[in-house]
Amino acid sequence: MDSALATTDHADVHAEHDHVALPQHRHHFETEEQQREAGSFGMWLFLLTEIMFFGGLFFAYLLYRNWYYPAFAAASNQLSVPLGAFNTVVLISSGFCMAVGVWAAEMRRKSLLVLMLVLTTFFGLIFLGVKYDEYHEKYELHHIPGDSFNISMFTNPAGYGIKEEPLAPDMAQKTQIFFFLYFAMTGMHAVHMIIGIVLLFWLTWRAHRGDFSSGYVAPIENFGLYWHFVDIVWLFLFPLLYLINRHPLH
Amino acid sequence: MSAAIGNTIVSLPDQSTAQIPKRNYINNEHGLLSWLLTGDHKRIAILYLISITFFFFIGGAFAGLIRLELLTPQPDLVAADTYNKFFTMHGIIMVFLFLVPSVPATLGNFLIPIMLGAKDLAFPKINLLSWYLYLVGGGLTLGALVLGGVDTGWTFTTPLSTHYLNTHVITAATAIFIAGFSSIFTGLNFIVTIHRMRCPGMTWFRMPLFVWSHYAASLLMVLGTPVLAITLVLVALERLFGIGVFDPAKGGDPLLFQHLFWFYSHPAVYIMILPGMGVISEVISTFSRKRVFGYTAVAFSSVAIALFGFFVWEHHMFIMGVSNYSALVFSLLTMLVAVPSAIKIFNWAFTLQKGSITFETPMLYAFGFMGLFTIGGLTGVFLGSLGMDIHLTETYFIVAHFHFVMVGGMLMAFLAGVHFWWPKMTGRMYPESLSKLAAVTTFIGFNLTFLPQFILGYLGMPRRYHAYPPEFQVLNVLSTAGATVLGVGYMLPMLYLAWSLKYGAIAGNNPWQATGLEWQIQSPPLTENFIEIPIMDHEAYDYEWLENKTKNEVTTVG
Repeated sequence: MDSALATTDHADVHAEHDHVALPQHRHHFETEEQQREAGSFGMWLFLLTEIMFFGGLFFAYLLYRNWYYPAFAAASNQLSVPLGAFNTVVLISSGFCMAVGVWAAEMRRKSLLVLMLVLTTFFGLIFLGVKYDEYHEKYELHHIPGDSFNISMFTNPAGYGIKEEPLAPDMAQKTQIFFFLYFAMTGMHAVHMIIGIVLLFWLTWRAHRGDFSSGYVAPIENFGLYWHFVDIVWLFLFPLLYLINRHPLH
Repeated sequence: MSAAIGNTIVSLPDQSTAQIPKRNYINNEHGLLSWLLTGDHKRIAILYLISITFFFFIGGAFAGLIRLELLTPQPDLVAADTYNKFFTMHGIIMVFLFLVPSVPATLGNFLIPIMLGAKDLAFPKINLLSWYLYLVGGGLTLGALVLGGVDTGWTFTTPLSTHYLNTHVITAATAIFIAGFSSIFTGLNFIVTIHRMRCPGMTWFRMPLFVWSHYAASLLMVLGTPVLAITLVLVALERLFGIGVFDPAKGGDPLLFQHLFWFYSHPAVYIMILPGMGVISEVISTFSRKRVFGYTAVAFSSVAIALFGFFVWEHHMFIMGVSNYSALVFSLLTMLVAVPSAIKIFNWAFTLQKGSITFETPMLYAFGFMGLFTIGGLTGVFLGSLGMDIHLTETYFIVAHFHFVMVGGMLMAFLAGVHFWWPKMTGRMYPESLSKLAAVTTFIGFNLTFLPQFILGYLGMPRRYHAYPPEFQVLNVLSTAGATVLGVGYMLPMLYLAWSLKYGAIAGNNPWQATGLEWQIQSPPLTENFIEIPIMDHEAYDYEWLENKTKNEVTTVG
């Protein structure tokens, strides 16, 4: 009994000690536990709004893919699967580093945390670089939707050395809708990554300063949730946009 | 009961000794910056109150101009395109800058933490950010107005908005996009606060119904608004780059826009009305001195409205060529929403039954709400029936219907709430007889404005035209006369509430003898609301608990 009581007392003292140790505790929360739970709950809710935000685009995709399947398949085949797959691996690596970073913060290992945040940023930047290259190629092929959009690659694939069935001009015109959705969805995803990378610079600087080395890990955890969410969006975008009608064995 | 008529439950402290508490959230810090950089939910609520009042009167001015043009059948005041800009501005400002934030961002912001026994909302900085986003959204809307206006209607219907108009659609869309995020952050803050910040003993079913209805409205804000955001992004992109996602000429589908837009904008109607229903629950209970009848049913009906609200959007599109079968399903679902709304009205009516009713101003507004919202809701059932809808849609019947719900419902509830909590927010009473006059004026003016519009719509006068056949003039003159009375009814509260800030009688902690936690603390409250965090040991609306408490309490003020 005595020892049990002693342990509780010790735990109380410990909690009291933590309370003093963390300047991040906001005055309007009763306990740090409450603050931490509120923060992560808020982050999950925010991710829910993000799902609804992307949901509108996915809904448009669903509709037009059903209506204009041949155009979607032909246009999708002009995206580079190796680049897309490479980017998927890059983004998963980035997410892995982020996960290790959250662990490092919880273990209060400052240098490992900083290293992981830098690696997360690095992989994120590689992703964006590859994305830029893909966009640039589409620009040169006049596959950016708008007035300069060119459908000749889809009406006359043989002229470009592509082994595809040619599309009728009106269906070929619908590839523009595919490319619009491609740019809107991957572009919105890239905007989220850019925001994430800006936040990563800030977090890396704070981690380097030692803000997250004393048990206060909420910003790292919540950012981790955001970063993984952005990863997951890509995991849906990659098959939906790149792999509509690939037959590698034929 | 008969003795109670004419009596009131207002218990003001002895006015010769009454004082505003020395320390409160208003005088805790001084200077403009202490307001502009505050994290205090009560101060942010006041900031919101000032800004939404500003936009309310701008939106109201456009309503006045619309009614002025419709005074005569001829297009004599403005040209058609200017008229289009008038009703667009009226709609955008009233929907996005007044109705959506009206009760949640002001009263909800002020009261939810106090009602839950918390010191503040979970994220004070995000709360402040939400107000700034609102200001940016409002500023951009005014920008679109000053630069030459928008004439799409508040619905941004494609391909009209994307291909045929040369006005400031992108500016207005950006404004609504940004104001939308302000609303998302408010909703997010409320949900987290309600889940995580309740004081000890405050179980879900001890929360005031005001909190329940805000919880339901917040769910809609968080889930619906992002869809509007992405829809407006698509409209802006389509305008900027001429791509055809909503353009049938390029294979796009204008109906897709309608689906996405109304997926938000129908739930938005419930974002607007649910918090008002919360106000009415508090007011009705307080002024009939009874627990809200069927508390659990009222609480769950809020959630049910939020849930059903997401599955009725297609009733805005019955005449747009949707499939007959889906129209049937959506018609049925639309009528189902009437069920939880009716549950509320019936439960409020049963709360009144055998209650000790007194007729203070908030109660008058609440009665106005109950009557007008019932008419607005029932005409909604007319519009939800497929056959009737074909005749009535896009006529003044629809205009009258949603003004009964939004103005007769929400605005009445907002004014009820502002009067009810005014003593708590400012520490002073509003002038009772003048405010009763305003409440009655509003009610009369409102009915005179919008009842004739039901008839006009039934007779076939379409909405959104600046001219009409001469035989409709009598009803339109009535409507315009009503709008004038209504305008007076809205000016009055602004004037006497401003007056009461300095000259109103000092209210004391609990002038209404209400049971809510917010009435057990000083008015105006301390910055951190409570001296020590309360422990909730009774349910909401427990008047016996209040009686025991006040019996053993020495009341001192100051």
